[in-house]
This record gives sequence, structure tokens and C-alpha cells, in this order.
Amino acid sequence: MKYFTRLRVRRIYEWRGAALGFNRKLQTYEYGSLSIRVEGLPHSTVISAGQHILIEGDDDDNPYVARVVRLFADESGAQKKAVVQWYVRVSEVPPGKLKLLGRNPHPQEVFFYEGRSCEDEVNAESVLRPVQVRHLDAAAPFPVSEDGDIFYVKLSWDSRTFRPVDPSLLDASRPPCRSLPLSPPSSPPAAAPAPGGPARRALPTPDPAVMRGAMATPASSRKPGAEAESLHSLTKLSASKCLSAKRRSATCRTPGVRKKLQLSSPDDPAALRDDVLQQLLEAELEKGRRSAAAASPSEPLRITHSLTPLRRTSRTPGRHDDFPLTPCSVRRRESQSETDSPPAGDDLSRTSTKRKEVQTGTEPVLEVLDEEEEKNCALRIPRRQSALKVSSRIRKQLNLLDDRLSSDEDEEEEEFVPSRKELQSDEEEDDEGDEEEDEELKVKKSRRSSSSAASRTKQKTSARTPRKAGPKTPRTHHHATPSIPNRAQPARRPGNILEEARARLHVSAVPESLPCREQEFQDIYSFVESKVLDGTGGCMYVSGVPGTGKTATVQEVMRCLQHAAEQDEIPPFVFIQINGMKMTDPHQAYAQILQKLTGQKATADHAAALLEKRFSHPAPRKETTVLLVDELDLLWTRKQNVMYNLFDWPTRRHARLVVLAIANTMDLPERILINRVASRLGLTRMSFQPYSFKQLQQIVTSRLNKLKAFEDDALQIVSRKVAALSGDARRCLDICRRATEICERSAAQLVGMSHVMQALDEMFSSPYIAAIRSASTQEQLFLRAVIAEFRRLGLEEATFQQVLVQHQALCRVEGLQPVGVSEGLAACRRLGACRLLLLEPSRLGVLQRVRLNVSQDDVLFALKAD
Amino acid sequence: MSKRKAKDAHLPIGECINQVHQILRKRFCHQQLPDKPEGVEAQHKHLAELLKRTAVHGESNSVLIVGPRGSGKTMLLRSVLRELSQETEVQKNLLQVHLNGLLQTDDRIALKEITRQLQLENVVGDRVFGSFAENLTFLLDALKKGDRSSSRPVLFVLDEFDLFACHKNQTLLYNLFDVAQSAQAPVAVVGLTCRLDVLELLEKRVKSRFSHRQIHLLSKLTFPQYLERVRDQLSLPDDFLDGKFAQEWNAAVTTLCEDRSAEEVLQRHFNSSTDFRSLHTLLMLCLSRVSVARPSITPADLLDASRLCLADANANMLHGLSILELCLIIAMKHLNDVYEGEPFNLQMVHNEFKKFLQRKSNSMYNFEQPVIMKAFEHLQQLELIRPADGASAKTQREFQLMRLMLDHGQIMEALQKYPQCPTDVKQWAMSAFA
Repeated sequence: MKYFTRLRVRRIYEWRGAALGFNRKLQTYEYGSLSIRVEGLPHSTVISAGQHILIEGDDDDNPYVARVVRLFADESGAQKKAVVQWYVRVSEVPPGKLKLLGRNPHPQEVFFYEGRSCEDEVNAESVLRPVQVRHLDAAAPFPVSEDGDIFYVKLSWDSRTFRPVDPSLLDASRPPCRSLPLSPPSSPPAAAPAPGGPARRALPTPDPAVMRGAMATPASSRKPGAEAESLHSLTKLSASKCLSAKRRSATCRTPGVRKKLQLSSPDDPAALRDDVLQQLLEAELEKGRRSAAAASPSEPLRITHSLTPLRRTSRTPGRHDDFPLTPCSVRRRESQSETDSPPAGDDLSRTSTKRKEVQTGTEPVLEVLDEEEEKNCALRIPRRQSALKVSSRIRKQLNLLDDRLSSDEDEEEEEFVPSRKELQSDEEEDDEGDEEEDEELKVKKSRRSSSSAASRTKQKTSARTPRKAGPKTPRTHHHATPSIPNRAQPARRPGNILEEARARLHVSAVPESLPCREQEFQDIYSFVESKVLDGTGGCMYVSGVPGTGKTATVQEVMRCLQHAAEQDEIPPFVFIQINGMKMTDPHQAYAQILQKLTGQKATADHAAALLEKRFSHPAPRKETTVLLVDELDLLWTRKQNVMYNLFDWPTRRHARLVVLAIANTMDLPERILINRVASRLGLTRMSFQPYSFKQLQQIVTSRLNKLKAFEDDALQIVSRKVAALSGDARRCLDICRRATEICERSAAQLVGMSHVMQALDEMFSSPYIAAIRSASTQEQLFLRAVIAEFRRLGLEEATFQQVLVQHQALCRVEGLQPVGVSEGLAACRRLGACRLLLLEPSRLGVLQRVRLNVSQDDVLFALKAD
Repeated sequence: MSKRKAKDAHLPIGECINQVHQILRKRFCHQQLPDKPEGVEAQHKHLAELLKRTAVHGESNSVLIVGPRGSGKTMLLRSVLRELSQETEVQKNLLQVHLNGLLQTDDRIALKEITRQLQLENVVGDRVFGSFAENLTFLLDALKKGDRSSSRPVLFVLDEFDLFACHKNQTLLYNLFDVAQSAQAPVAVVGLTCRLDVLELLEKRVKSRFSHRQIHLLSKLTFPQYLERVRDQLSLPDDFLDGKFAQEWNAAVTTLCEDRSAEEVLQRHFNSSTDFRSLHTLLMLCLSRVSVARPSITPADLLDASRLCLADANANMLHGLSILELCLIIAMKHLNDVYEGEPFNLQMVHNEFKKFLQRKSNSMYNFEQPVIMKAFEHLQQLELIRPADGASAKTQREFQLMRLMLDHGQIMEALQKYPQCPTDVKQWAMSAFA
């Protein structure tokens, strides 16, 4: 399913009516409403000020939620703009901050955004469609029956804290639309925050006339305060609306059904146009109507009276070009009636499934729709998620017996909200076990055969299809939280000074500060800070030999910056890091970045597409992303497209991406990068010099932190030795740690010179000489024979046969029994296994060539000392 | 059985011999661990302390055990683990993962094996493993979740460590060492290898993450120690069922070790190699000669066993050749002498052989060309000769260049032992012009 999203749907955005006025100061034309039309379809949606809308986000699954404050075009009229009030979705709040909420966020919850860091002016052409947002009291529970298209506001979020939303505040921020001539100042601004009962929100009116009225009257949900719509505003609505609203609130007792509906008739009731089907539908609706009437017996008359237009319009939306109905309205109405009359729930769900079959019958229309609605299917996904959740919740209610199980499930779902695939597979497993692909096949077939006859299995399978539409992912069990089991007994704490010192000297111990890298720290800090402050992007290349603190410094910088962001000194940002060594293939980088950024799982290709979109499209409410790419050289591919993308994204205007790339070689850009990649990497480079002995000494001292475990001389010799060899801080720490062990064994209190020397010896001495000395007599003789043969030939290579002659001669000299070929070969092979000799493959037998892997001098030295 | 034990004394001789076989075979073939490490006490202590710190304190470590083949690397590790497992604190905590470079030939397989041995698969459920990438992230996440004080330490044993260094990018090693050097689940990575240059195989970033602890197992055995070891290996334990038999057996072993000719044999073996494995092979051959009729190991047994051990397989193969094949080998030897090891082809060999026949008046060895060709091919099948330039079978078989895979010494030795070798052939072997 995800793969569809890459195909674009062309939407056409047009102003409805003439400009309302011209703002001289801003040089803009004000407009009242905007109509959105999908190319090739007659039906269109109208967006007007005050309405809640979804705005195209970084990825298709999570569009942004906002309310239109003002619609305008610039002077030339070419650019359609909208001023919006943002709402933050749960997934957009940094996971760390979600804890502040003190409860599990509701998946459909949004927060009124009070932060400053986001531009509130968006391109009107990024508007996807209208959506419902409702205000709830902070204490009120979330309504059980819910819909993917309804969002709830309880709190506001200013990028640091959550606060209860003052409903009047929501209202206060609605001003510009008042200038519209059509909007009368009625509607007490969201006076009574709707209690969390069934939604009393009005439906987008299907009838054009009513619709226009709705635009004019703030009583309709279009008005800014709509999420806190009061009951009495409802009374102004026609009875039909009232009914429909009630019905709608019921939503999804039958989530699978609803989903099916979405899939087969993607957001467009046009599919229902079929005349044959209409009849069926009518019957259904009648049923629903009756049940709804039963639920609200006080106004049966009005209901029957108003239903007709509603139904008709819903079925024939194409006739009204500017029909602002959200595409799923039919479905909503239905499900709503269901809640209103819970006893009739079964009945209704059946009706709705029937309707779905009805829709499966309308094949040709669907195919058209499929094509153009790819975009929308992305929008459907969150709904589907919530639907799953709802279904699980309902199941919970229904069978209280196994509440334990379902609560588990619930938790799981909370955890895995972003990774939809997993969720789906969860559900599958939970629901129906393993009746899988063949069923899917069946569904496909059944769709092709346009039989509208209802068969039970079909209902079932088709209800399930949307979940598994899309590439079959390897099943991840929902318990897949990787972890190592906990230990039975607690780890022992360090007991004495030496153990304490050892713990502190371990490379993994996180030091309080990073000594000797102050300058580098400062440079990186100011680089990233400035980028975050400006909201721009950039690249920085950090190089240095291993163990010089590159990664540690960058991580320290990020810790400090994150702290600063918490203190609100700089705007918040997202920090993610990937490591070229910790992935199996360079292209996995995309998948990992995406997962760390959004929690989504995707294949590398798809992730690349999503990231590309995320970083290249103007998504106004975007925090800066800081990406640390460790071991950059491992991301090298022949075409270098991974590197290219990584360095190209920051240069995009809307990316707000800062890339910090780390690798060992200083001239990596010149050596392995092709020009276009190297050029994008830019010239912001930093190289970490190997530590000098003083710095190494300082590092160890600062880690020990006044713990007296080492003699000063001992420390100095270690640091000098390491600085001379590599300047690798890890090496230095390891040697010191080893020295404490040696010291402990010798029962000394303080690590002295002798201990350190022994440790150095162990780590740096070449094992070759010792190995030659401990070799058996014949092996030593063979080495001698090799050297003798080399001297004779004047070459550094000889065949075994030649060496053997020398060997046998040497044996005679030494008074030993001359070796046979097998014996000689065995000795030769043993030396080869240790890599004292380099050999050709042994199948060559006596013809294999022999070389020394150590210098002749070393061999002679080792043998002479005997 | 208990009755016999109560009597303690005399078991029938057959029973005793059976027992001897059982005990000694366990030692020689089943790599039974010795009760205490000999000659490697320091290394043993080092490794034991290291692993104990991981198990008890949760300190991450990495270490390489380096030593030539048969020097007791695995034995050292196993005896350390046996010792540690006697401590409950360690036993309850330490998780072990054993990998072998010969089995886990790439990181993908290795990761699966790690997940299996850590029993993380329980967590993954019934699912067949996902992609390599998924596995890696899964494992890394698992290790990352842990921390020093709370999660169980994991011991990774990488046998044939050098082969892991040949994996692509050394991803596995990098990640294991990286975990060992960062505040994640405590791990101890123990590599076993016989390559002395193993550190040079590591990439620089992998090398930097390795702690550079190396435990070298280089035996510094002297001959008296070697003799001592032979005696230890052959002696029966004190708690042997039949005390009297054990005494007799041990006395026989002692005399064997003091015997002059036996000592010579052992000296020769000691000179060629000092490791356990070759010794075990030798002693195993001796042991197999022990029976009820010959209830102890004699120096003659040792000599025979040694002869078997040191026998030259290629020279033995010559004994089974026909006269014609032998003649061809001799002709090749002469060609090698003349052309200093340059390759030859069938035609050249045949010519050389014909020269020999011309000198002899009798035409006893006058074979047809196809017969000679057949013999030549047989030699090639036995891999006594092999094509000089790979398998380029383009050329005609008569002209394909070949090399002799035998040393001159081997040929001469085989001729001496060849049953009923014609004298003129022998003479011809000595000199090309005989």
C-alpha cells in the first residue's frame, strides 16, 4: 500500500469566488474559500477560513493538522497562501517530552500549538482535505467511538510544556476570517466546550444550499472554534444535520468494515452512484434511520423529513462541484447511527458490510479512483491505525473475560504506534491466526467478479484486506523488544582503589568532560548551534585517526545542545545518529534514518523516497534535524548515491538538516568521493589530531579524578609510549587498566613503573621472536634452511623442495636424523599456520613456494640467542 | 560391581585392559581436560580473572588467545570456564556464545547463531529470521538496552578468530568490540587463533576498539618435561579399580620412558613438534596394540607407532606402481636432473624411456604408445605428477607440460623397498647412463 503513495495525484486548487478584498499593506488578496479538486473527478472539496484541515506533511502517513485562519493570494495571484493555526500531533512531539504528559497520549489527540518556531504561513496547495477537531475538557475521557478523521484537543503545547487549552484562547485566535463579508458574528465563540459525549459536531453539509449557509453561519463546524462546538449551535442546524451528526459520532464498531469502505471507494461517494446499488443503499439507510430514530425518539418526524436530501447528495456528489463533504461522510453517517442505537449495532454493521459489497461491485469506477487516490490512502493510514485500536478496545469491552490479553495488546499498540506494519501483523495474528495469502487472493478475485451477492466469507476477507494490502513484511512479533536478560545477582561494586580506578579507566566509562578537545568542541558546538538557530542546514566533515575522540566529542556537543534546547536557549531539534559499520549495506542508512526520525519501518528504497520527500518539501512546522553519520567511508557505493543524498539534503531549502560526517581519513572527500558529492560536502572540515603525550596524561588524570592509583612517572611513560605509537586514547586507557591488574596481582598499592612496563610489553611486543624461540627443533631448523636457501638463491622465495635439501643438510650438521618429506612438510605447514612463513596452498606439495613473514634478521636473532 | 570393589583386589586381566583402554582413549581422543593446567598457569590466571571480572563486575573485556595449533588454546579456555562455572555467582550470570570461524563463515550466519545461542529467538517468537539488516539491528538494540550493572554479561568465544577478520567490513568484530568499549551490556570477547599476525588483519577502527590484550600460548617445553608429560598421559589414576594392575602398569610406563630406544623415538617426536596433538596420535597408536596377551606398552610398540606416524605417504604410494610406471617416474627424475626442474611432457618422458630401452638389448619393456599413455594418466590420477599450468586442456595430451611431485630422495627410497625390482631399472635410477 505504501508504494502507491509515490504516485502523485494532481490536485487542482482554485479560489471560490472573487477576492474579498485587497490588503494594501501586505499586498495580498483575501479570499473566502478555496476549492480543491482532484483532477479528472468532478467532485471538489471546499476549504474556508476557520476550517480544520490536513496539510501535507513529511510523510504521507502523518499529515499535519491545522486550522485555516486566513486564505489569501499574493499580488500576482499566482501563489495561494494560507495562514494557519497549527495543531501538533502526538507523533510530532519529541518522545522525551511526551513523558511530561503524564499519561499515554491518545492516538487521535492533537495539541494546540503555541510555539513560535513554526511559520504559520503555508502554501495553500499543500492542503489535503478538511478534518474534524474537537475540544475536550482536560479531565474528560476520550470518546470511545472515534474516527480517524476526528482529532481531539485537550492541551496546548509550546514545545516545552503541556497546558490545558483555554477554549476562549482557541477562539481568540480566529480573527482574520471575520473580515469575510459573509461571516456573521453570531455563534458564541465556542462557549461550552463540548463534553466528551458523542460528537455533536455538524457534518459538512452535502446540500449546496445548506452548505453555503453553513459557510455563512458560524454554527457550522467550519468556524474556527469548531472543535469546541456547543450544543445549542447545533440546534440551528437542520434536523438532517443533527441526525447525521449523531450518526456520525458512532463511528466504528466495525472497523474492518469501515476500512474496507475506504479502500474500495477511496474517499469518494461517487462510487455509490450506481443505480442498482442505490436501492440497496436506500434500504440500508432506512434501517439505519429507523434505529437512529429509535435512539432519539423525540424528533422522528424531522429525521425522516431531512434524510432524503442528505442521502441523495451523498450518493451523487459529483453533481455539486463545490461540495465540501469529506469523502468518508457516508461511512460516518452510518457508523454514527450505530452508536446512537447500540442494540442495533449488529444489524448496522451488517448493513455497512453490505454496502461495502455494493461498492466492490462498482469496479470500473473504483479503478479510476484508485489511481487518483493514492495520495489519500496515505491519509487513510492513521485512521486505520486508530481503527485497529478502537477495535481492540471494543473487543476488550465485549469480552471482559480476557481483559488481560487485550490490555497487553493495548500497551503494545501504544508502543508501536509508528510502525504500522507491525501493528497490522499483530492484529492479524490476534484476530484470525494464520489464514493468509490464499484468502487475499480470493479477495482479489472476488473483487474482479463484480457480483454484489453477499457471501459471508467475502465479507470477512474483504474486511481484512486493507490491513494487508501492500508488501508483505516479514512478521515481527509484537513482543520483539530486544534485550539481554537481567542478571540474577547484582553486579559487584568496585571494592578497592585499584578496582575503582579500573572502572573509571574503562573506555566505556563516560567522563564528566572531554579534556583536550575544547577547541574542537567549541567549533562543532557553534557550527551546529548556528544552524539550529538559523533554521538552515549544512554539512561538516570530521576526520581523525581512531581513538581521538571524534564521536565522543560530537556526542558531547549534542548532549550540551539538547540540554540548551531543554532550557529553551535554542529551538528544539532532533538528533539522530547512524553508523556505517552498524548496517549491513549502505542503503540501509535510509531505513535507519527514517526509523530513528519517525519510527517507521520501511525498505531502504521506500525510506529513501520518504526522506527525499521529507527533506525537499516545504513542511513549515519542522524542527532542525541533526544527523551524525559515523564511519562515513562505509557508506560508499559505486554510484555514491547514499553519500550524495546525505549531503544533498542539507542544501535543500526546506530541509533544515545538519549533517555531521565522521571518518578516519582526512582526505576522504578527495580520494573516494566523486566531484559532485565532494562539492556538496563542502569545505567545513575539522580534523582531530592524535593526542600528544601531555593530552593523554591529562585524559587519564581527569578520568582518575584525584584517585591516587598511579605513580606520575608510570602515567607519563604510558602516555609517551602511546603518543609515539598512535595517539589513540583507547590504547592508553587499556594499558593503564591492564597495569592496574598487574599491580593488583603483585599486591602493590600503587601502579608503578614495573607494572606499566609489563603491560606495555604485553601489548606492544611482537610475538614473532618469542614464537620462533618456542618452536620445535625441526621448525627452527627449517627456518634456518629457508634463510640459507634464500641466501643461496639471492631471492626471497624458494620452493619447499629446495628448502628441504638445505634442511636435510642442516640436520646432518646438527647430528639429527634427516627429516623425510612428510615430516618436513608438516613442520613447514605448522610455521605457515602461525604465519611465520607465507605458503602457497598445500595441494602443491613439494612444489609450493615458501616466503618468510618476518625479517631474516629477526629469525637469526631469535635463533642465535638460544 | 560393588562386591568387586569391596574385594578391591583382582579383576580378570581382560577387564583391566578394557578399563585402561577406556581411560586412556578418553584422554587421547576425547580431549578430556587435565585436572589442572600445566605450563600455562600465568595465562590461566589472567584469563580467569578477566572473565570473572566480566561475570562479577560487569566489566567489558576483549582478549585474544594466540598460540600455534595444538598448543592448548581451547583447553585453556575450557578449563577456565570449568573453573568459573563452579562459582555460583558466575554460573548464574554468564551467558555464553560460542562461534567458530569455520562454521560461521559470514556475518549473517554468525548473527543467527548468536541470536540462537543467546536464546533471543524466544523473544522473536516463531518467526523465521528476518533479513540480515534486521538481525543486526535487533542484536545491537538488544545489547544496547543492557547496561553494566543490570544485564547478564555475555561471553563471546570466537574460535578461528582470524577467519572472522575476513568477513566483509568486519562488521561483526567491529560491533562486538564496540559494545565491549561502550556502556552497553557487558560482554567479554575471547578470540582464539593460531595466527601471530592476527592484529594486522584487523581494520584500523576495529583494531582501535580491541583492547590489545593477547594471551600467548608458547610452550617452552624441555625434553625431560616432555618425557614427564608422556608418563603422565600414559599413567593410570590412583583410583583405578584394580590397584595392583595399576601399579604394574605405571611401573611399566616408567620403564618405557627410561628405555633408551623409546627415548630416542620420543626425542625425535619432540624435535619435530611439542604439541599435545601429535603426542596423542603417537600414544594412541601404541595403546591400540595393548591387549590381554601384551598387557603393557613396549619400546618396540613405540617404535612401530613412530614409524607409522612418520611414514611418507607419497613414497608408500610408489610401492604399488607397476614396473612401467616406475620406469616413467625414473625417466622423469632424469629429465628433472637434466633440465633443472623444468616441466616435461609425455613425449619427452617416452623418449627418455626409449633411450634406456635402446641401451638394453632385450625388449622386455617394449610397450606400445597407448600403454605408456595409460600409465602416464594413472600417475596423474595418483597426483604423482600434475599439470604445470593449471588445467589448460587445450593442448594435446602428449604435449601437456607436467611436473613431478616427488623428491629424489623419495624415489630412491621407494626403489630400495620395491619388491623384486629389476636390477637394470635400479641401476638406471642411479645413473641416467647405466
